Amino acid sequence: MLHVEGVVKSFDDFKAVNGANLVVGRGEIVAVIGPNGAGKTTLFNLITGQLQRDQGKILFKGEDISALPPYEICHRGIARSFQIVNIFPRLTVFENVQVAVLSQQKRSHDLFSPAQSIAVEKTQSILESIGLAGKGKNIAGSLSHGDQKILEIAIALGNEPELLILDEPTAGMSPEETAATMELIQCLARTRGLTILFCEHDMEIVFSISQSIMVMHQGRTLIQEKPEAVRQNKEVQEAYLGGE
Amino acid sequence: MFKGIVYAKSFQLAVALFILLLLLPPFVPRFYVYILALIYVTSLLAMSLNLLVGHGGMFQFHHAVFYGVGAYTVALMLTKTRMPVWVGFLAGPIAAMFAGLVIGWFCVRLTRLYFGMLQISLGSLVWAIVFRWYRFTGGDDGIHGVPMPPLLSSLNRSYYFILIILALSLMLLYLILKSPFGSTLQAIRDNPDRCAAVGINVRRHQLLAIVVATFFAGIAGVLFVVLERSVFPDLLFWVLSLEIFIMCLLGGWFTFAGPVLGAAITVALRTFVGIYTEYWTLILGVILILLIFFLPEGVMGYLLEILKPRAKEAAGRRE
Repeated sequence: MLHVEGVVKSFDDFKAVNGANLVVGRGEIVAVIGPNGAGKTTLFNLITGQLQRDQGKILFKGEDISALPPYEICHRGIARSFQIVNIFPRLTVFENVQVAVLSQQKRSHDLFSPAQSIAVEKTQSILESIGLAGKGKNIAGSLSHGDQKILEIAIALGNEPELLILDEPTAGMSPEETAATMELIQCLARTRGLTILFCEHDMEIVFSISQSIMVMHQGRTLIQEKPEAVRQNKEVQEAYLGGE
Repeated sequence: MFKGIVYAKSFQLAVALFILLLLLPPFVPRFYVYILALIYVTSLLAMSLNLLVGHGGMFQFHHAVFYGVGAYTVALMLTKTRMPVWVGFLAGPIAAMFAGLVIGWFCVRLTRLYFGMLQISLGSLVWAIVFRWYRFTGGDDGIHGVPMPPLLSSLNRSYYFILIILALSLMLLYLILKSPFGSTLQAIRDNPDRCAAVGINVRRHQLLAIVVATFFAGIAGVLFVVLERSVFPDLLFWVLSLEIFIMCLLGGWFTFAGPVLGAAITVALRTFVGIYTEYWTLILGVILILLIFFLPEGVMGYLLEILKPRAKEAAGRRE
């Protein structure tokens, strides 16, 4: 479904991503791993259009999306959550998700109908599926960090994506919250038929839930293989154990 | 249409206030009728700006331009053409909206402070044209004695007209703020990058907001001509833009009706302190400093906060 081929992105002289390759098939859960600064977040930003690549190709469902602005890419079926909490702090939890649902239903420009009676069921069902239904009226900025990270995912679900990209969905969470969140993500993938691309530092999680793992090191793709193959790969062991 | 989006109590309060103000003219001196009408006109101008500043998070630093364009358009139509009056009244907001579209089209390409700087420059350009083009706009003399239809022949009649148009405009603005467009606009204020990531064309949305806001600024411009029967270049000067920006902050820019309160305070200060000293802005300055320290959410923001402790407690308990 998603093909990334030889993508390069530099900031001044620093090559943050230098030859990344990635293949994500429909219905798969794919992880990107690598040490800090390996270029994972930059790669995600390139895929979703927050950044423009210097070289290489990004194909989604056979279509080149590498030159499109973020809102176009979103309408083609890719939604994402962010590593650093990136929500609408002054709006309520409900409104946070509703903004995405309205955009998905192309009603963002509707000037005269009351927003509170549009897309309510859809928004509510997303909040329920993710366990935030009881907090719909709370101001998003007042939620705990863990809940804000969950809200991140809920906003992304509002776009009804085919491919959901999660950038360290559990960063800053306690071990219990982390376990619950990963459970949630797997459940979403099953029930909604989502394809998921994510990155994560907790190796135990990565190896237990993903069908395919791509390893990045200094902006480059080392390999993309099934978890067992990655575990036994010499280069990967070196990148993680030596040299860093 | 409004069902569910207004609290019954605030709606009743607004209706009561409207009826009270409508009944007022026969009982108060002419001067106060005039000041009230001026407050209404300024309120609408400040409300239109706040759609961009408070709810849209855009630094529309030179909003008075569109007020001036609306006022000049109607004044020119009524003095230099034989068009029916209502055509002139419609042309004002439409011309303002068109100016908003053109200036906004350039400005939305920039963000934050850069947006504001470009907006000031382009706006000042319009001011310079109006100020210099003697033959057409009357230059710094402006245009005086704009003829009004019999329906608006007296001050009291103008007062009623202005109040009714203000009420209708505020209702429309409220609807717009509570629409999907309005909630998306507030989301853009909070986080434009995330909005782009959920599929919103941020620039186009902001441009639409500018078009809506400048339309209402144009209505305010028309109402000014109804009240004063004259126009002058100060209507487009950046000092006025700064004043209405302050009104939004003063009243409470995250509230709906805050700018009305801000406009009332500012116009009252200018009128009543202005009698004693021409340096009335000094008092305004002191008030602003106090405001920043003690009421950062504005007067209205503060009032709402002390009026709603119960709602907040309930929300806190649920968490």
